[in-house]
Amino acid sequence: MTTTSARPVWEEKPTFLGQLGKGGSLAVVLLLILIPLYCVIITSFSTQASINEAGGIVIFPAHGLTLQAYSEMLSGGVVTRAMIIALGVTLAGTAVSMVVSVLCAYGLSRQNSLGHRTILLTFIVTMFFGGGLIPTFIVVANLFNGYEQYWALILPSAVSVFNILIIRAFYMSTARDLIDAARIDGAGDWRILWSVVLPTSKAVTAVMTLFYGVGYWNSWFNVMLYMPANESKWPIQYVLYEYVNQGAFMPGAPAAHDVAGHAQPAPLALQMAVVVLTLIPIMIVYPFMQKHFAKGALTGAIKG
Amino acid sequence: MTATITRNVKAEAGDDVRRRMTWRVRLRHDKSLIIMTLPALALIIAFNYLPMFGTVTAFQYYDYISGFFASPWAGLDNFRQLFRDANFWHALENTLLLSFVQLALYFPVPIALAIMLNSVLSSKVRSFFQAVVYLPHFFSWVLVITLFQEMLGGAGVLNHFLRINDLGTWDVMTNPDTFKYLVTAQAVWKEAGWGIIVFLAAIAGINPSLYEAAAADGAGRWRRMWHITLPGMRGVIVLMLVLRLGNALSVGFEQFLIQRNAVGAGVSEVLDTYSYYYGVVGNNYGVGAAAGLFKGVVSLILILAANKVAHALGEDGLYRRSK
Repeated sequence: MTTTSARPVWEEKPTFLGQLGKGGSLAVVLLLILIPLYCVIITSFSTQASINEAGGIVIFPAHGLTLQAYSEMLSGGVVTRAMIIALGVTLAGTAVSMVVSVLCAYGLSRQNSLGHRTILLTFIVTMFFGGGLIPTFIVVANLFNGYEQYWALILPSAVSVFNILIIRAFYMSTARDLIDAARIDGAGDWRILWSVVLPTSKAVTAVMTLFYGVGYWNSWFNVMLYMPANESKWPIQYVLYEYVNQGAFMPGAPAAHDVAGHAQPAPLALQMAVVVLTLIPIMIVYPFMQKHFAKGALTGAIKG
Repeated sequence: MTATITRNVKAEAGDDVRRRMTWRVRLRHDKSLIIMTLPALALIIAFNYLPMFGTVTAFQYYDYISGFFASPWAGLDNFRQLFRDANFWHALENTLLLSFVQLALYFPVPIALAIMLNSVLSSKVRSFFQAVVYLPHFFSWVLVITLFQEMLGGAGVLNHFLRINDLGTWDVMTNPDTFKYLVTAQAVWKEAGWGIIVFLAAIAGINPSLYEAAAADGAGRWRRMWHITLPGMRGVIVLMLVLRLGNALSVGFEQFLIQRNAVGAGVSEVLDTYSYYYGVVGNNYGVGAAAGLFKGVVSLILILAANKVAHALGEDGLYRRSK
């Protein structure tokens, strides 16, 4: 798929109208996704004058671009703290999820090992039936005292059975011959996992890291459930919800300290800067992972 | 190749021997494997199985201090209250309506996109298109809805354009009547691109000689799509349909919670939000859990039934018939 494949000889020549229709539809789809992103990013860099002239979201910035909104947002205060919290929860959560999932996937990957069928069934049952929202909330908040605890944002959703099944399918197909060879050479299971399986299954590891990481970065409802009242513990998604989506007044936003003669960043630019900040980690990681999607996620998902 | 075969034979012989060993020997042999599954097992038991047993709440007058074990039993009172509540039936109706609208308007989109993209020859165009349309899948719902708000909301780009051209305003984001189409549009924007992955894989699995033979027999572009591409995707389409039907009672929970203030509870209340507002916000854990249990049981029945239908159609569905 890396080179342009030629049109097969038996295929008829495309009509001009057909090409136009197809190209047009693809372009429309691309624009529907890219235009909103462009507008938000440009507005976050816009000056108050540009925003006034555009009457809101800026499409063509007439009065230059500025980093003011970002320096304001990242010089301490609600947004800075929320970014640090979100990064911390994401890093810790992804680490926990990956270690637990990789171990479990390998532990279940050998046919006929003792108990592997029972354990597998225990996991699969949870894909079909769950306790529901209220009992989960009671278990986390009441039984384990997780209210306003950061672990409540991580542990209840740390294991995805679906992801474990994908990793397991990958280990059972791609890495199988190597595992068998290592076993015949007398290597123990921890050794095989560390020096045979992990180095040969980087694609699935990368994709799963992305899936878990994005899940933690984007988690919003958990915050609403377990720490809705404690603003100092909110990660960035909840700050985005409260101050941008619902339009609540952000404490420490420019109006609070009007210094005469000091140009203030526009409120809308500030809001859009928050939007862009929630986008940045995804935009950074995404290009590295994108090439693995077809390989890693697919083979597993379809065969699993 | 031969090396692989002998190795597999050896491994299989090893399995046979292992089956005849006592469990004590097997335990010593597989100890590390079992230990590796324990952390995941512990988390699943704590946060999936405990809540499953926690559904007893649905049969209790739950109070926070007594907990699961000491709260007084309510019998079927919670369910009686639930089924008498008009809001619950309204939430169920909304859930089914929104599910149906999404099935009709969302489901065909990734299939059409995949077929269209597959006919593009240039690999550069293909991978650029894929890179862009997969992206929104990784955005949070808060972000997606904020983007929609900035584009289509009262102060957004669309209405600004309408206002300066004296065309009036059209506030899509707060209109309850069009809410079902709005949320479907949001779901399409966020997930339809990512949804094409499985369909592209299915198309890639179709034997190209089928197309050549059909073309030689005089079948045109559209006939080939109808008689080869679509039947080749049938298995995956049925699988996706089974999943969709099995999840008919879970339509975008966060999506509705976030937009509840904008359009009101009337059109945005679904079973999940009902359970949340009744239970967590309204402190009526028993009724909230009863609504959750109702949803869980019906979902389970739906997914098993949908899978039966898939088997009747001769497809694998979610799990295979015999294994």
